[in-house]
Amino acid sequence: MEKKNININVEYITRVEGHGNIVINMKDGSLDKCRLEIVEAPRFFEGMLRGRSVFEAQHITSRICGICACGHTLASIQAAEDALGITPTEQTTKLRKLLLHYEILDSHILHIYVLTAPDLLGVKSFVPLINSHNEVIRRALRMKKTCNDVCDILVGRHVHPISAIVGGFTKLPREKDIDKMLEMLKSMRPDMDATLELLQTLKFPEFERDTEYIGLVSDDNEYPLLTGDIGSTDGIRINKNEYLKMTNEFIVPYSTAKRSKLNRESYAVGALARFNLNFNKLHPKAKEAALSLQLKPKCINPYLNTVAQLVECIHCLEDAISILEDLKNNPLNYNEEIVVGLNEQKKIPLKSGNGVGAVEVPRGILFHNYQIDENGVIQNANCVIPTNQNTGNIEYDMMKLVPEILDKSEEEIRLAVEMLVRSYDPCISCSAHLLNITLLNK
Amino acid sequence: MKKPNVAFYDFACCEGCQLQVANMGESLLDLLGSINIVEWREVMSEKWDMKLDISIIEGSITDKHAISRLKRIRKRSKIVIAYGSCATIGGVNGMKNSFDIEEIRKYVYGDSYQFFPTEPTRAIHQIVKVDYFVNGCPVYIPEFVTVLKAAMLNIPYYVPDYAVCVECKMNENVCMYERGVTCLGPVTRAGCNSWCINNGNICYGCRGMVSNPNIKGSQEVIAKYGISIDMILKKMNMYNKCRELD
Repeated sequence: MEKKNININVEYITRVEGHGNIVINMKDGSLDKCRLEIVEAPRFFEGMLRGRSVFEAQHITSRICGICACGHTLASIQAAEDALGITPTEQTTKLRKLLLHYEILDSHILHIYVLTAPDLLGVKSFVPLINSHNEVIRRALRMKKTCNDVCDILVGRHVHPISAIVGGFTKLPREKDIDKMLEMLKSMRPDMDATLELLQTLKFPEFERDTEYIGLVSDDNEYPLLTGDIGSTDGIRINKNEYLKMTNEFIVPYSTAKRSKLNRESYAVGALARFNLNFNKLHPKAKEAALSLQLKPKCINPYLNTVAQLVECIHCLEDAISILEDLKNNPLNYNEEIVVGLNEQKKIPLKSGNGVGAVEVPRGILFHNYQIDENGVIQNANCVIPTNQNTGNIEYDMMKLVPEILDKSEEEIRLAVEMLVRSYDPCISCSAHLLNITLLNK
Repeated sequence: MKKPNVAFYDFACCEGCQLQVANMGESLLDLLGSINIVEWREVMSEKWDMKLDISIIEGSITDKHAISRLKRIRKRSKIVIAYGSCATIGGVNGMKNSFDIEEIRKYVYGDSYQFFPTEPTRAIHQIVKVDYFVNGCPVYIPEFVTVLKAAMLNIPYYVPDYAVCVECKMNENVCMYERGVTCLGPVTRAGCNSWCINNGNICYGCRGMVSNPNIKGSQEVIAKYGISIDMILKKMNMYNKCRELD
């Protein structure tokens, strides 16, 4: 191998949610530094939650992230209900699953079209594509708007849902709303087909690194997103209440980012992890799409996370349509509509407790954990974000990738690494547990 | 009219307000047809370090680096728009100011807390001059479009200074107080079309307080419904804690 010096410093990676830097230093052909730094201004959500009513938690934690607001809402509600000892009704669970489908669809479409596609089409952003690929951009915006509009109907809006709260929904969709959502989603099918065709034409970088993939697993036939145990492709399975066993964030001396690990030095969560764990439970149409894209479990090319996202889009779209059709045949019980309030009417019996929420949000498994006192006031809070869990894995990928592509120019290496980071669809606003170090050689 | 050069910048926030723009669907292309977006890190890799006609700023200011970055943006920009609650009133990030800064840093980051410098959260106008305010958590897109048009024409935009209750009544919602729940509608600026109450939730005060609240009326409401002052203050501090720094 030639002795090469490489210095790559990407300040504020673009087309990711939040602020991160990539630092790669190669001295005389050996890797000296390889880091994904998180430089998001910390917002101290867990600290701010202390002293707030657990009934306010979802409203506050939704604001952790604008892209996965519904995911945080669902994980937060699950943790709160777990702590309070509330079991949601079947109807509530059904609607929450529907909301989660909308969330995953919305986020994945944004990521596939706006954040990833420009790389694969060799441009800097979607803006030049408005002229060169007008129909593609229109389709993306159309799909994005549909996801947004169905969220508006179901929970008031997508960015910070309004009606999904602890105990259920403050507003339930009426019959005409269900018809409307159904019509919107069905009309999305041609666009989804076109998206699949587009992805079949795009060439993803070839790179592989075997790792452990982690996500929710369950014993039934449903592709687990809202409920389940924590499982891994290395065959480990633990109850969600033991999440700290795997996320036990730790610091290693040669790196500045806190890491999570279970069975190996790092693990990955997200669409590809879910695909690898639960491929058999996907909707038949989604399976078919995966095969047409040559995506098979266990896939260990991180760049193909974007492809797994599309497979999930098809699954979520089809399953959402099934849920809505089911709601047409089994009308909702509107007596389940609940009044909001910090439990001011004391309608919900309070007790002290500890609750965990574990939900598969677009970027992987998300944990919220609240400890509450007998008045339902949060004493301690912990949120473990998918992107944090992926950081170690991204760095190990970079360490393997860079030496493999040393024959390329620095510019090409930079792009390959940026694309690698983007393929994980990092959501850095969410990540609040990573260390920001100013490099001495900057 | 020459297309103005516009950039989006973000500080401590969730980026949801910028995302609201992406949710406009194909009408976003009409918007992009009338402005030149030269920098928008969340969705574009293009960079711009020259003069700007309009800077749209999301997020609140929580550290020294952000203060200097914000001042540089202000210097380069003819017009600065504070965009979303974090930028206009400090937003939920203001809740941090209710704690001892040292204590909350240690609570969240343990032994490594020294790596996380943070200062009391501030809104944009508490650091630099702001020309337009788009309130809300998240922003209400129809209002944003109105403000953007005003900014392009260089005419003022006045944020409604009457209570959310005005819009809420128009929308024929049953008053939350009548449903037995405390709501911040009576003291919060309108302009969101009473979005949350329309969907069965309460107003959390995300658009900031009206400048002339009906103090007597509020006192009566608090007395009539037997609301504890502690609770109402806590509710107000979810979004409006940074007012103390005005």
